[in-house]
Amino acid sequence: MNQPSATPILQARGISKYFGAVTALEGVDLSLAPGEVLGVVGDNGAGKSTLMKILSGLFRPSDGEILVNGRPVHFHSPRDAHRNGIEMVYQDLALAGNMRIFENIFLGREPGRTFGGLTLIDQAGSRRLAAEHLERLQIHVKSVDQNVEELSGGQQQAVAIARATAFAAKVVIMDEPTAALAIKEVGKVLDLIRRLKDHGVGVILISHRMDDVFYVCDRVMALFHGRNFAEARLADTSRNEVIGWIMGTKGHSTALAHDKVI
Amino acid sequence: MTDAVSRNPTTGWRDLRGRLLEDYGILLVVLAMILLLWALQPDYFMTAQNITNIIRQIGMNALLALGMYLVIVTAGIDLSVGSVMALAIMLLAIADTSGVPWPLVLLIGPLVGALIGIINGLGLTLLKLPHPFIMTLGTLNAVRGLCNLVTDGRPVSGISDEVRYLGTGDIPLPFGGEFAVIPVSAILLLVCYCGVAWFMRKVSLGRHIFAVGGNPQAARVSGINVNGVLVFVYAASGFFAGLAALLMAGRTGSGYPNLGIGAELDAIAAVIIGGASFFGGRGTVLGVFAGVLVMGLLRNGLNLMNISAFWQQTLIGIIIILAVWIDVLRRRARARR
Ligand SMILES: Nc1ncnc2c1ncn2[C@@H]1O[C@H](COP(=O)(O)OP(=O)(O)O)[C@@H](O)[C@H]1O
Ligand SMILES: [Mg+2]
Repeated sequence: MNQPSATPILQARGISKYFGAVTALEGVDLSLAPGEVLGVVGDNGAGKSTLMKILSGLFRPSDGEILVNGRPVHFHSPRDAHRNGIEMVYQDLALAGNMRIFENIFLGREPGRTFGGLTLIDQAGSRRLAAEHLERLQIHVKSVDQNVEELSGGQQQAVAIARATAFAAKVVIMDEPTAALAIKEVGKVLDLIRRLKDHGVGVILISHRMDDVFYVCDRVMALFHGRNFAEARLADTSRNEVIGWIMGTKGHSTALAHDKVI
Repeated sequence: MTDAVSRNPTTGWRDLRGRLLEDYGILLVVLAMILLLWALQPDYFMTAQNITNIIRQIGMNALLALGMYLVIVTAGIDLSVGSVMALAIMLLAIADTSGVPWPLVLLIGPLVGALIGIINGLGLTLLKLPHPFIMTLGTLNAVRGLCNLVTDGRPVSGISDEVRYLGTGDIPLPFGGEFAVIPVSAILLLVCYCGVAWFMRKVSLGRHIFAVGGNPQAARVSGINVNGVLVFVYAASGFFAGLAALLMAGRTGSGYPNLGIGAELDAIAAVIIGGASFFGGRGTVLGVFAGVLVMGLLRNGLNLMNISAFWQQTLIGIIIILAVWIDVLRRRARARR
């Protein structure tokens, strides 16, 4: 288990986000240790995706600060987050269906020779690197030349995860990666998360499925109406308690929970 | 597309055949048109004179369509190219006839075009106008107005031979007689088409244009500067309109404020006939060239057969509809596969 005293690899303090009159987040804190899997739960509209988009550089916070390895950072775009080793798998996958698998994996970071901001893409190299990376993740596709739109939902999810892990990520954020998958594919994604953890990668997993949370997470935190609501190590809570948090209720006796996980 | 074939030989062949039909089926149409016209006009169609004629006639549309292609791949549209081309001709004609050295005059067209393209791109991305149709409809009119304002509506004649060389020059071939020449404009087209094809396939920005057209959100989260890509494609479209201006200046020898009215529609038609998707993310440079050829051959053939321009327009309209309908059928077939 990880030392709670170790410097968090990623930390957010007092994050607020306003969309016009809508308050999506208000003073939210979050902390993630290397090799830790943090589950984030909350009802629809609780602000989970917004918080993750801030951590991955897609949105800028209205207030609050982000620290990577204890150092304050300011992300102006996902590229800045990438440079700090933070990658995200988006809820809607965010793949270009009209492009090939290997192109999606390296989109925006194409291997090759760079001249003044333009890269002459090394396509043979991209293909080989993509195939090797998929192999390492035990993701099987017919060919890395297939267009992404020709793949099943599970395969697309796998490509999105491959993209997030192709560049030595230190933190991988996954926004409901199992929501659209068949049971068999869910297991594969969860095993992938475990393997990332074994390699010391910190993972933030947003999920509505208690099975997922209790299978892979070390810790779970709940957002409610854009605020921190509750948080516990997995060993110290139960499914019923976490489900209660999602609905905005606290104080369930853990002793009552029949499925407490040690 | 040989680089798109998978390693497995059997699926490789099926993929290749599928892709060839899908991406380049339009080439079969071009081939059929050539054979048909040859059969109908055996004495004239395949002569060196007619072929150079066709090349000259398609030059303007070929360049406008090439720029339009880049824009359409991002799911955009550039209605201003006809006006931009006309303004470029007016300005280069004025500069040329008032004694500016010809090497500088040659730069005016592409520079003016790229500049207006950048304005189009900034209007789209900074002003956040809802669709490029709006911004470029604006510049279509504004720039056409400028064409007339610069000379108060008068044409400017007397463009020098050096400036006209790109549009009218010929490089004689050592065989085949008087009409056996390669028009300089053909070389310009070849360079532009090969250059763009290479760029779209091998250079990161080219792939990013496809990504922006396929899924702008995916492009954004991949760290691609989506607005930068959009400004680039409109600038490129304007640049090619400026090159087209050089070809037209060569052919007409004068700047007419009304030149190229409606030319944007021919460019759009060629790109769509060539199989690019109006919804972005799809289309090949070879397809665009095929689309340009379909329109050029149709006009040439109907001219040779003395069929009126009204019929040409009617037929081109029908072909646009047919081309897109075939595309719809093809996609439906692929979805079932
Ligand atoms: N781009 C946006 N513009 C305006 N409001 C937004 C935007 N994104 C999210 N919101 C609002 O922020 C709140 C939190 O949304 P979200 O983070 O998607 O929740 P969750 O992922 O937990 O379901 C919701 O009220 C949502 O409507
Ligand atoms: Mg969400």
